Amino acid sequence: MLTISNLQAAVEGKEILKGIDLQINKGEVHAIMGPNGSGKSTLAAVLAGREDYEITGGSVTFEGEDLLEMAPEERAQAGIFLAFQYPVEIPGVSNTNFLRAAVNEVRKARGLEPMEPKDFLTTIREKAALMEIDQTMMSRSVNEGFSGGEKKRNEIFQMAMLDPKLAVLDETDSGLDIDALKIVATGVNKLRSPERAFVVITHYQRLLDHIVPDFVHVLYKGRIVKSGGKELAHELEAKGYDWIKAEFAEEIAS
Amino acid sequence: MAREEFDILDEVVTSEYKYGFVTDIEQDIIPIGLNEGVVRMISAKKNEPEWMLEWRLKAYRHWLTMREPTWQNVTFPPIDYQAVSYYAAPKQSAKPQSLDEIDPELRATLDKLGISLDEQKRITGVEGTPRIAVDFVMDSVSVATSFKEKLKELGVVFCSISEAIQEHPELVKKYISTVVPTNDNYFAALNSAVFSDGSFCYIPKGVRCPMELSTYFRINAENTGQFERTLLIADEGSYVSYLEGCTAPMRDEHQLHAAVVELIALDGAEIKYSTVQNWYPGDKNGKGGIYNFVTKRGVAHKNAKVSWTQVETGSAITWKYPSVTLKGDNAVGEFYSVAVTNNHQQADTGTKMIHVGKNTKSRIVSKGISAGRSQNSYRGQVRVNKTADNARNFSQCDSLLIGDRCGAHTFPYIEVANTTATVEHEATTSKIGEDIIFYFNQRGIDTEQAVAMIVNGYAKEVMNQLPMEFAVEAQKLLAISLEGSVG
Repeated sequence: MLTISNLQAAVEGKEILKGIDLQINKGEVHAIMGPNGSGKSTLAAVLAGREDYEITGGSVTFEGEDLLEMAPEERAQAGIFLAFQYPVEIPGVSNTNFLRAAVNEVRKARGLEPMEPKDFLTTIREKAALMEIDQTMMSRSVNEGFSGGEKKRNEIFQMAMLDPKLAVLDETDSGLDIDALKIVATGVNKLRSPERAFVVITHYQRLLDHIVPDFVHVLYKGRIVKSGGKELAHELEAKGYDWIKAEFAEEIAS
Repeated sequence: MAREEFDILDEVVTSEYKYGFVTDIEQDIIPIGLNEGVVRMISAKKNEPEWMLEWRLKAYRHWLTMREPTWQNVTFPPIDYQAVSYYAAPKQSAKPQSLDEIDPELRATLDKLGISLDEQKRITGVEGTPRIAVDFVMDSVSVATSFKEKLKELGVVFCSISEAIQEHPELVKKYISTVVPTNDNYFAALNSAVFSDGSFCYIPKGVRCPMELSTYFRINAENTGQFERTLLIADEGSYVSYLEGCTAPMRDEHQLHAAVVELIALDGAEIKYSTVQNWYPGDKNGKGGIYNFVTKRGVAHKNAKVSWTQVETGSAITWKYPSVTLKGDNAVGEFYSVAVTNNHQQADTGTKMIHVGKNTKSRIVSKGISAGRSQNSYRGQVRVNKTADNARNFSQCDSLLIGDRCGAHTFPYIEVANTTATVEHEATTSKIGEDIIFYFNQRGIDTEQAVAMIVNGYAKEVMNQLPMEFAVEAQKLLAISLEGSVG
């Protein structure tokens, strides 16, 4: 589904990603872990098409298409969803209006008619129940006045509405207490399917207790330095990132 | 800010101005220049009574002693008032008696502008929408007015001001220049001297006008100015909702539009006045466009209400402060405004609320949106006189910036001479940032649509004040005015 080859990216001339290789197939959940500043969020932003980053080398293909050639909205329409680490507030635009526009744009790109208002409301009701989202939130402006937990839940709710093929969760656990974390993780688990792949970016192992990954990759100084199964996350939790830093400091420096 | 945004802002393009066409019709146009002879000629063309001519001449002589105002936050080269023609009228043998007699060229123009004078047809097919009576003013004259007979049954007078001077001289004489004196300001004085037409409306006591009344202003001729005058009187306990729209062809030179609007709400009356102003704003380099220098003021007597709503997207320069004098006790004044500037447009707009009566209330909601290299100023005055016990005002002035080469300015003036008054002022400035746009993009929504959604959300409080038929048009207009303002 997604093939990342030797991907390099820089921001304001500073190289952040130094050659990432990653193959993600349908139905798989990949966790990407790493210490602060290792390039995790950069990877998420580059996949989503954020323009602050300059691609300096490598390639990314999504379902056979050159992803890097696509505009951010085209990537979204093709089925890539990014759950933001810091979702923005959009005053004056209600959740309902925002979602209707998003759902219909994605449908249009897939050659479908806009959703009938009645069906749209039914879908909203279903998905909101699934994500344990309060209906009254729908008439409020997007993320405005939401607590940190509500914002993250809203991201997962949007994901459920847009039905993506590949979902990238950028530190969705950051700033969440354990109860909020569980709700978010439960929501994500409900969306797991053989057709959908996930990239779960996190600093801590605790999210992966709830969203159990098929693969764990450790990102350090812009490279994936270690890959393994879910046990790798536990090993990291036990040994800390210093272990990685010590092991790879020399190699990276050279 | 990211480099990319700079690159994208360089690509700022003007959207196509939809109404930039010219109607090819024979004109009755007088030579350029302004002197007493021209004032007399206009008055004679209109076959006006002596008192009207004297009124004009007085205004003209006063104008000669005045100077153009310079306090506004806009810049433009000096206007040569001798290079303008002060009267242009499409040639029609006489004002048509029925709508079937309208010149086909004019009909085509109306169709292009989407205006229906057809009394049988409901506006834009929405089932159950109320009908709208329209007065169409092209250049210097009113071309046609619809629904006149129907309104007459209720005693409502809705016609061009020229007709009103002929047919209802007592009303015109009693009320004209009582709200905006002929010597009020430079442009009002000029207007008084040379105004050629406009709309007149009188709602009798206790009548609730059953349909929206509207005037559509169109500048067509070259090298002319448009000076229209609107006088609207709502007698005791009556109600009227009035709409005003305007467009002009795309021309390389600037054209002057100096209008005067006077509203009189007598005891217990309510006037709701809505404007969607879409004069040609000039091209993306700031060439051409209308100078919109307008004086609008209403007076609210006891228990009366005057409410202004304006959506301003056009004009190269806008200079306009629809105001309310709250003269009677318990009078209410409202001002809701969305002013959009893009490219090189400049707007200095706002309101004045003058509290004279006791327990008077005013509310100001101003939303400025600036994009491109434009400058957008809000200028508002709230004055509470000594006599105005328990006056209340609430003002909210918000500015939204798109890109980083535009400017937003707020100039509030608050003068309170009565200690029982409550005056509140809130202001915010926000920017449509890259991160918000990216959030939309990541959900599959392109940038144009994102900006339209943000702007319409931002302006919602004002848009909600517009009559429904207008609100949809105004929303589209906002989106079009800002097309290409963000990459």
